[in-house]
Amino acid sequence: MGILSASVSITRYKVEGTLKSPVMEKVLEGLKHNTIADIDQEPVETSAGWTSTNQPFFPDFEGSSFVLGPHFIFSLRIDTKRVPTKVVQKYVAMETKKKLIESGREYISREEKKMLKDHVINMLYRRVPAVPSIYDLIWNHETGSVWFFSSLKGANETVETLFLKSFNLTLVRLFPFTSALYDADLSDGQKDAVMATTPTSFMV
Amino acid sequence: MLDVSIAYEKYKFLGYEFLTWLWFMSETDQEYLRGLNAEMVSMDVGNRLVVENRKSGAVETITIKGDDAGLEEARLALKKGALVSEINLIYKAGDQKWQFTVKGESLHLTALKIPETTPVGVVQSEEDWEGAVLEKTYLYEKAIMLVRQMYGGFVKLRIQNEWSNRIVPKMKSWISGSIG
Repeated sequence: MGILSASVSITRYKVEGTLKSPVMEKVLEGLKHNTIADIDQEPVETSAGWTSTNQPFFPDFEGSSFVLGPHFIFSLRIDTKRVPTKVVQKYVAMETKKKLIESGREYISREEKKMLKDHVINMLYRRVPAVPSIYDLIWNHETGSVWFFSSLKGANETVETLFLKSFNLTLVRLFPFTSALYDADLSDGQKDAVMATTPTSFMV
Repeated sequence: MLDVSIAYEKYKFLGYEFLTWLWFMSETDQEYLRGLNAEMVSMDVGNRLVVENRKSGAVETITIKGDDAGLEEARLALKKGALVSEINLIYKAGDQKWQFTVKGESLHLTALKIPETTPVGVVQSEEDWEGAVLEKTYLYEKAIMLVRQMYGGFVKLRIQNEWSNRIVPKMKSWISGSIG
């Protein structure tokens, strides 16, 4: 789901920690080191990394292309290959038969069967193109806030992990408790009071 | 500091109470809400409201959908101890309109529609793209600010004695249909 979509979902984060100067170079370095790796010809099931928001299939962060006003704008891309189980079963059966004919044996060992299956999966992963999912992100460095344009659990977990790996900064998801603590301008006393709250009953 | 996943579960009731309060306030005291967000012309329940009752161990959910759907059934569920778990809001500021759903448990904003901007088809050059993104970002920020301001206002009220002494009795009267 992208920034320019007609309807979007947003998960808000607070960025915990500070980037060392020069900030822009540090961000560029983090993006470049963790750019999405193309897995189309590789025997790999999934790949996740950063890409450019305006051209997600041609990641390029040079020339401060990810900087827009006070914002850093880039995207998380997760490429996934799906091979249906029945296709794997079909090819394993075909390869097994071929092996039996070639060797003149009546059966193959469990170990051989496992190796055959791994070989088939690798072969199929090389053939299947990856399906890309792209999730945009806006990072306001001045306010220390990130808007991530998805509320999918898997995408949120991936962005949190990749952000930490790339910039050595933690993304704190803003849900009711953390919003009260980090995003509601409360004093320490008020924060203690929030922690002491218990549910209200509105039953009549 | 509590472990994040424990804090998420332990305090998610704050999100449900917030959305229930927001529905109550949108029907009874929009002036107060305008005090939290000066640009607000109005804020009303939109085309989706979900209430959940977790009091009896199991979770009972009632979903009301539709542009002009009646909310009586949801109000009846509140009487039995349910709380709002999702609310679709229509926020108007100036002559512009935002519509989005807030989830109580996570405070995620979903199905967020902002006022009309440059059509995406018109975005061709790098400059067009940057302009369109900045325009959208500005408008997303309005919705995000609104939720921040409303939640901040709610939390500050929630930790005062005024919550149990004045607000909860008023909300109960509203739930039972005596005010609103």
